[in-house]
Amino acid sequence: MNILVLLKMVPDVVEELEVAGDGKSLDASFLRTIINERDDHALEQAILLKERHGGKVTVVALDAPDIDDTFFTAIAKGADRAVKITDAPEGLTTQSAARLCAEAIAGLLPADLILTGVQALDDLDGLSAALIAQQLNFPYVGVVTAVSAGGPTATVLKEFAGGVRGEFAVTLPAVLGVQAAEKPPRYVPIAKVRAVMKTSKIETVSAPGEAAAAQIDVRQLAKPVVSSHAEMLDGSPEEVAGKLVELLAQRGLL
Amino acid sequence: MPSNIWVLAETWRGQVTETTLELLTLGRELGGKLEVVLLGNKSLAASLVGADNVLCAENVAPTPEAVAAALTQLVKERQPQAVLVPWTNLSMDAGALAAAQLNAPFIGGCKDIKADAGTLVAQCVVYGGKLEAAVAATTTPALFGVLPGARAASSGNAPAVTDVTVTLPEAKVKFTKYLEPEAGDVDITQQNVLVAVGRGIQTKDNMELANDLAAALGGAVCGSRPVIDQGWLPLSRQVGKSGMQVKPKLYVMLGISGAPEHVEGIKGAQLIVAVNTDAAAPVFNVAHYGIVGDALEIAPALTDAVKAKK
Repeated sequence: MNILVLLKMVPDVVEELEVAGDGKSLDASFLRTIINERDDHALEQAILLKERHGGKVTVVALDAPDIDDTFFTAIAKGADRAVKITDAPEGLTTQSAARLCAEAIAGLLPADLILTGVQALDDLDGLSAALIAQQLNFPYVGVVTAVSAGGPTATVLKEFAGGVRGEFAVTLPAVLGVQAAEKPPRYVPIAKVRAVMKTSKIETVSAPGEAAAAQIDVRQLAKPVVSSHAEMLDGSPEEVAGKLVELLAQRGLL
Repeated sequence: MPSNIWVLAETWRGQVTETTLELLTLGRELGGKLEVVLLGNKSLAASLVGADNVLCAENVAPTPEAVAAALTQLVKERQPQAVLVPWTNLSMDAGALAAAQLNAPFIGGCKDIKADAGTLVAQCVVYGGKLEAAVAATTTPALFGVLPGARAASSGNAPAVTDVTVTLPEAKVKFTKYLEPEAGDVDITQQNVLVAVGRGIQTKDNMELANDLAAALGGAVCGSRPVIDQGWLPLSRQVGKSGMQVKPKLYVMLGISGAPEHVEGIKGAQLIVAVNTDAAAPVFNVAHYGIVGDALEIAPALTDAVKAKK
């Protein structure tokens, strides 16, 4: 089966995030970006399906700093082809970006499945998978945690709450917003990625058409104003453990 | 005159969800007539207290495709200013798809919405809870994905009910069945003490440190999404949006950043202790006591101290 996986780079939230001088956007000067975690799961699910059913996995992404490394890593993991969408305007919202990506993806069809993360850390005006499904007129299910295919439909598990999942039969081709792959995303040694860099090529397509205007106005981006903050316990591990145990004992929790 | 505010009702196991009622309280603050779209059993309309009117269609399948198609059609016909949609696993994909069909924004992760001179401005949690964005919709209609817990549940009188007819496209997505979580494991919703493990635990082998601490405290181990995704704990031990809502007397968090998806599950916890290497982690905004440090060092020290005290 042919699977397209849409990837996106997002800020690594393990790092400190600083707001730019305009008070509305991230300060990009020291920003480290990584693959959106849910997209990494979408890629893993695609490779699992390829291993089970054969076919091809194509990864697609808008151009972004470090995207080439992400592409080469995807190929090292088992993707067959990488397509970079170039010349898109910077600072697109999720909605505007997804509309452009959908047009580019239309040029890469046919595919049986289009997978991407159910959401990204910086989504503010929509979810990519739903936007792409609508534009291509494909069915869509989000919060997906398992996919099995074979024939004209896929069996898709969607996660609800409390550990309950729902099973859906989805007519292909379809777009799925992946929450988690059936297995954790695989690890590839850096040596393998380096080898792929020497032998693989990243294709490029120019962003088709104009980006749609944003339908939101971000008025402010800031650290949360918190009404309360934890009382911090300082000292060596033994000291803080001692302090905490006293506090728990006072509350009758030991 | 203010326009109508709508809430998409969410039903689960034959009941209207608490989040739906919270959205009714929020929707009431935004002015205008407050209407609910109920795509399901009409008898549930009476529980949507505090709304002015319920638009009810019973023939809609529980798939994102059908719910979105029905919502899209009703919005086009009746032109509300805004639709509030629960930002939950159950409803977020239907909301996103309806917004795409309406060419409207779907402003997600909202913890609050306020009306500012006729424009709705949402306070949205982004970057895993590290930052918040104030986002105004510049078009009408706009859809908003509202986090659980934004307000208290609504109260008041049962609303009027209007039957509506929706025409659905041929179904390409069919709901087949529910899969229940595996039974026989510890029920984390019934524990007095929980030790919760996140990404900071780093490896499967380190889970032993959490197990030891939980054993010393007389509780059980649970986890956030990354730990479940890695397969280090079963799905039945997941706390948060996709997992369980827990209410222990003591909740110890080891290496959990405090993303809203997890925090949603611990609103009922009485005492929260957080250990994280990042002093700026949002978890310290919800914890009562915080320790900046490596969970791999703090957990064994704590286990020893608890054993010594007992």
